[in-house]
Amino acid sequence: MDRRDFLALSSMFTGAALAPSFFGKVIAAEQLQDAIDVAVKKRLADAALSAATAAGASYCDVRVGRYLRQFVITRERKVENIVNTESSGTGVRVIADGSWGFAATNEMTEDAVAAAARQATAIAKANARFLSAPVQLAPTKGVGEVSWRTPIKKNAMEVPIEDKVGLLMSVNEAALGAGASFVNSMLFLVNEQKYFASTDGSYIDQDVHRIWAPLIATAVDKATGKFRTREGLSAPMGLGYEYLDGRAEDKFVLSNGLTTYGMSYDMKEDAIAAAKDAQAKLKAPSVKPGKYDLVLDPNHLGLTIHESVGHPLELDRVLGYEANYAGTSFATIDKRDAKFKYGNEIVNLFADKTQPGSLGAVAYDDEGVKTKRWDLVKDGILVDYQATRDQAHILGKGESDGCCYADSWSSVQFQRMANVSLAPGKAKLSPADMIAGVENGIYIAGRGSFSIDQQRYNAQFGGTVFYEIKNGKLGPMIEDVAYQMRTPEFWSACSAICDESDYRMFGSFFDGKGQPSQVSAVSHGSSTTRFDGINVINTARSLG
Amino acid sequence: MSILSEAQAKTILDKVIALSKADQISAQLSGGISGNVRFARNDISTSGIVDDTELGVQVSFGKRVGTATINQFDDASLERVVRRAESLARLAPENPEFMPVVGKQTYKPTQTYSEATAALTAEARAKIAEASILPCRKQKLVAAGFLEDGHSFFAHANSNGNFGYQQSTFADYTCTVRTEDGRGSGWVGTNVKDVSKFDAGADVQIAMRKAAASVDAKALEPGKYTVILEPAAVAGLVSFMMNYFDARSADEGRSFLSKQGGGNKIGEQIMDPRVNIYTDPWHPEVSVLPWDGEGLAREKIAIVEGGKVANLDYSRYWAQKQGKPENASWGNIIMEGGTKSTAELVAGTERGILVTRTWYIRMVDPQTVLLTGLTRDGTFYIENGQLQYPIKNFRFNESPVIMLNNIEELGRSVRVKADEGSSMLIPALKIRDFTFTSLSDAV
Repeated sequence: MDRRDFLALSSMFTGAALAPSFFGKVIAAEQLQDAIDVAVKKRLADAALSAATAAGASYCDVRVGRYLRQFVITRERKVENIVNTESSGTGVRVIADGSWGFAATNEMTEDAVAAAARQATAIAKANARFLSAPVQLAPTKGVGEVSWRTPIKKNAMEVPIEDKVGLLMSVNEAALGAGASFVNSMLFLVNEQKYFASTDGSYIDQDVHRIWAPLIATAVDKATGKFRTREGLSAPMGLGYEYLDGRAEDKFVLSNGLTTYGMSYDMKEDAIAAAKDAQAKLKAPSVKPGKYDLVLDPNHLGLTIHESVGHPLELDRVLGYEANYAGTSFATIDKRDAKFKYGNEIVNLFADKTQPGSLGAVAYDDEGVKTKRWDLVKDGILVDYQATRDQAHILGKGESDGCCYADSWSSVQFQRMANVSLAPGKAKLSPADMIAGVENGIYIAGRGSFSIDQQRYNAQFGGTVFYEIKNGKLGPMIEDVAYQMRTPEFWSACSAICDESDYRMFGSFFDGKGQPSQVSAVSHGSSTTRFDGINVINTARSLG
Repeated sequence: MSILSEAQAKTILDKVIALSKADQISAQLSGGISGNVRFARNDISTSGIVDDTELGVQVSFGKRVGTATINQFDDASLERVVRRAESLARLAPENPEFMPVVGKQTYKPTQTYSEATAALTAEARAKIAEASILPCRKQKLVAAGFLEDGHSFFAHANSNGNFGYQQSTFADYTCTVRTEDGRGSGWVGTNVKDVSKFDAGADVQIAMRKAAASVDAKALEPGKYTVILEPAAVAGLVSFMMNYFDARSADEGRSFLSKQGGGNKIGEQIMDPRVNIYTDPWHPEVSVLPWDGEGLAREKIAIVEGGKVANLDYSRYWAQKQGKPENASWGNIIMEGGTKSTAELVAGTERGILVTRTWYIRMVDPQTVLLTGLTRDGTFYIENGQLQYPIKNFRFNESPVIMLNNIEELGRSVRVKADEGSSMLIPALKIRDFTFTSLSDAV
């Protein structure tokens, strides 16, 4: 998933080098507020649609994209880099002779996109020579000319750079003041201006916004040679700059003072807590391995949902389309047909591309399908998957689920994870009530380390902060915790879910899948949840 | 437009440099065409071509830096991109760690280009997919794979008169073959500069054999085992570790290469004396561009020598601050090996486990570089020098630093591309006491 991308990204931007091409070209700040005229986009799209049809394509879709990103990278009292990137171009996907073909160009002229359309058609025909079954697309009605925008309150791209630098400098100062040896903080802002057109008669203009504000505080004890980090407890969101308002009603506070966040984030407050926690981690006792009841904060559980539910229920994995890279899935279609018990009956997991504030929220997906919410696991039973237009017929469905996405105009769209979330418990239950019922457990918040096998059975998860729970009370911080699980047993061990008032979203900004590899941003909502008798290992080692 | 000649690229860059009123300017111009074909379930699933070119300009006034780019190359557009970068630089805060552009460099060209790869067509890609799929169809096996190739040019120039230009190509092929019932899985991967040296029909046989041989895997108890890690598996662990050779982190006390009490571990023995790791832009097997992202000329540099830390990766700023020579960032990683093939390592093993590749490796504890991950696509039990039977995949929790202290034998180094990593030259390794912590049911 995203950790290595994140590390690579932050190190990439700490030097004086120019932004790598993956993130597009670097542009001036004032350009971030521009958009390409819709009439221009329609002309380009029509040129491609006509050229593809004339070349023999039976279907064509065109995505004219302008992808803007801004990164503000800081450490301690220094701004390491401010990067504005833009990547514009057109991707054309066709079906010809029953096979897919794709071509993309950064030249924004009608001639260039028409040439790309002809090239895509030629590629499709070359690939059709030994095709065993033609592509079957689930029907989607053309919607004519429509538009949609993420319902943001403050466009982060319009906030002056000085304000962003000022915020991060105050965050870093607060962490250093609270005893951090080092602090890194960042703002990653994304605006996808996407225009989709197809031979079905759709012309869809969407303006999508996302924000992420990660921070890491580090404590170093030079005498012992020990160091510990504590990451921020924010989540990337499908929101504007208002996410950084840190409203009191969006804070969730445990009895020991640990604060996590919902629809807004107090970055400075969390930086102070991170600095203190990093120092506490240097001295925290190491966990005794064994079976524990785990109480998982939504900011941690989201990643477990992502890996053990979101990915295995992607239909392309189930069918084998990802066998060479991201892997397949244990949750095969025969299991759905046999009403496979995915988890305890209190477990309800759903996919949703419409959830406000989520990273995956759009009105239409990248093949022009209206988005929706649907059930994946109902009362603990596997009931459905996530399917695109060319997969729906395999499940006997008459329509796509609307979860097709491409990370750039230059990438071909394919099945990507919708926001997959755990429904809150129906009975009133707070995290404090939940903890009160645990005799021997561990409370975990934050993402930490994570790894899962290619069929999504065997996983190992760490976390950011860990607290012992003894006889219904939150105890001291502990360290070196990781739990190992097998997916169906883990979800069957789910014994309680807090109510809706505790519901929050976790997010993944750089979820990787596909070849060539593409990233996608996705949210996972849940309330604090309890899992009984989970195997915990101790991860401390010595290099001698 | 995509592949500009050296003269065309220089004309554009010279114009850009001449336009600037800033104290310093550097510019990069690059472009290329990449093609790919992806197949699964014994059919081609997606295939495409991407064509992109871009110009990036970075200017500075004192310690204030601004960057901007554009993809139009007429005179008015070139002037606009320079003025934009200049206006951003005037707004930017001063960077106390600012480094001026590099001086004029001398580059000794590297062999990064292959005509055969540059000439690959959509038809040729489809044939490679076909060569992978048809034998699987015949043997009731299922192929899923990917071929990606690219032809690019890279040019850069700065106000100190520095200039560089070079073309490069790559082709990367991977194929996973599974049995129809999903009980067996095998994998093969080939990463080349010159596609004429690659034969998909031959390569896919390796994955097919492993798929067929890995059906009915037995469960072994997790624990410490002697393992033979094929080069792709070693690359997974070692390439991850190499990301943490940053000098500044080590000096700041937040790295496994930090020394207790302060400073770093340069000169200290941290691995088996047979471990030698270096970077060399000219190495014929894994050649890379002769300059780094800032235009600094790359050199051959020892990183681990006889198991001792020989060098760390210094940014230009940190090198200056620490009084170290200014070295370009590393473009490739080469680990010296022995002379034996993986098969010969197996033949000399009384009891052990053969690991084809690793999967989903993540950091568990940066203090010790403890990594977790899994085996995948061909894991076998070895006894008396023979592969005896397939075994279920394992999860490991292991530090590559500890692993490289537990070397029994090194195999021959080959070019591989690690999952989520870049291409490197690395040997198969026979390791004792490799730590598997749980079983996975995944095939």
